[in-house]
Amino acid sequence: MGMTLTEKILAKHAGLDRVEPGELINAKVDIAFSNDISAPISINEFYKSGATQVFDREKVVLVLDHFVPNKDIKSATQAKMLREFAKEQKLVHFYDSGEMGVEHALLPEKGIVLPGDLIIGGDSHTCTHGALGAFSTGVGSTDFAAVMVTGELWFRVPETMMFIYNGDLNPWVGGKDLILYTIGDIGVDGALYKAMEFAGPALKQLDMAGRLTMANMTTEAGAKNGIMEPDEITEAYVKERASRDYELMRGDPDANFVEIKEYDVSNIEPQVAYPHLPSNTRGISEVEEIPIDQVIIGSCTNGRLEDLRMAAKVLKGKKVSKETRLIIIPATTNIYRAALDEGLFETFLDAGAFISPPTCGPCLGGFMGILAEGERAVSTTNRNFVGRMGHPKSEVYLANPAVAAASAVAGKLAGPEEVV
Amino acid sequence: MKIEGKVWKFGDDIDTDQILPARYLNTSDPEELAKHCMEDADPSFADNVSESDIIVAGKYFGCGSSREHAPIAIKAVGVSCVIAKNYARIFYRNSFNMGLPILECEDTDAFNTGDRLSVDMETGEIIHLDSGKSYHFKPIPPFMQELIQSGGLMKHISQKIK
Ligand code: SF4
Repeated sequence: MGMTLTEKILAKHAGLDRVEPGELINAKVDIAFSNDISAPISINEFYKSGATQVFDREKVVLVLDHFVPNKDIKSATQAKMLREFAKEQKLVHFYDSGEMGVEHALLPEKGIVLPGDLIIGGDSHTCTHGALGAFSTGVGSTDFAAVMVTGELWFRVPETMMFIYNGDLNPWVGGKDLILYTIGDIGVDGALYKAMEFAGPALKQLDMAGRLTMANMTTEAGAKNGIMEPDEITEAYVKERASRDYELMRGDPDANFVEIKEYDVSNIEPQVAYPHLPSNTRGISEVEEIPIDQVIIGSCTNGRLEDLRMAAKVLKGKKVSKETRLIIIPATTNIYRAALDEGLFETFLDAGAFISPPTCGPCLGGFMGILAEGERAVSTTNRNFVGRMGHPKSEVYLANPAVAAASAVAGKLAGPEEVV
Repeated sequence: MKIEGKVWKFGDDIDTDQILPARYLNTSDPEELAKHCMEDADPSFADNVSESDIIVAGKYFGCGSSREHAPIAIKAVGVSCVIAKNYARIFYRNSFNMGLPILECEDTDAFNTGDRLSVDMETGEIIHLDSGKSYHFKPIPPFMQELIQSGGLMKHISQKIK
């Protein structure tokens, strides 16, 4: 019996010929990263253990993104702690204002995470990087501390579920819609503890941005990791960014999957996840008349240049409704600059949008767009739990950037065809 | 080890935003976090919970973000253990890595707020003290027991590097 791609990467990093689902292994980590809210606990634990140096200053990465630019004194204190630690440890990859971005957009963009890697991050959306053909999973602060000291971590080898997407994508449908549809089908714990592997001809119609969006939300189905086999699109993306060797690995043809699901994407229209679960999905043609107070376009899910272009396509020559606020947050400084150079900012500003520097900000109810009691938002982010973006009695509807932009123009939940 | 305590009952899919809302993530001080434990699920919890109380929930407790602040807050208010049908994976890792016992039991529908339970970690038995009925939970995997015995993951590691 062969191994799945996830099993192969884990076996390689554990120095084993093969691994079985359920097995507990100790594996070497290629890249370990964390951020301004998870790392402070890890840094305390690091020193408490008696360690003085990280295992490899090129492999431990810190990104300030959640509450940066510092939103208050407490978050400034946390950020300062990371700045000092990065300096003391001479970390090669430390990203702060000026060259910053949401970690899961920034790391692939900079070629820090690569195909074949074993990656851990002190953030649940670390599963994003599996889109490159890597094993990438989110861990807690103590796990990250342990890796900073030893360069290794314990893992339970997950079973793999295979998702195959056939057919041709409909207009305005992208990675966000495929993953929302899938989560709607299997539920928020539908892939609990498991690997979600994506394949099929429809994936060839997605660029890396769309693939990263899909892998990003595998944690919303409870998965340990999301993964896809690297192809020519992956290679073209990493070739110009990588500054170290990488391996384009594939699963064995006779690998064992606990479940195989097939979807015909020609049946999938733009999706909306209603409050308060990402699995609460329906097609845009089935939504009711729902007035919207705020629209957020950004985050590690849909804050990439391709997403901003999609939003601009809808917003070109249009005005945001007087009843609605539109906040656009490019996910990294590079994306911000590219969007500016391409003239997207002009479209956004003409439409009446507010443009924020890269930050997680409102995605986790931090700052830069908090919802009051009773307010409703359409957001391109990944979570719509109770209180996620502010008041416990506010509501978040998850959607792709085109639906978000259209809703901003319409002042209510709306699909792009209704406004373009 | 035996634990005895009073039940605080919660439903399915209690995510980390309800356990410890992100608006309080600008600190990792356990005492500060304790003040807001379970705030968006039950605002009265943090003020009324007492030492050794037990959180009981349905399926998929701790889903959502990777924040270790969630199990830290639960531990800091003095909760002795959590019993749920199952857990989100990072929450599961985090709890064991820091020594908060969390148990998987299918029968949590039988327990309600205010009930008294006695939990035996070794035998995997839960006794519902008000009715005398007994229930069982999945034994903790040996590797996790090892982690708990060495006092959590970091203690385990610092023993190794010394
Ligand atoms: S953008 Fe949102 S989901 Fe992504 S890392 Fe930041 S807070 Fe988490």
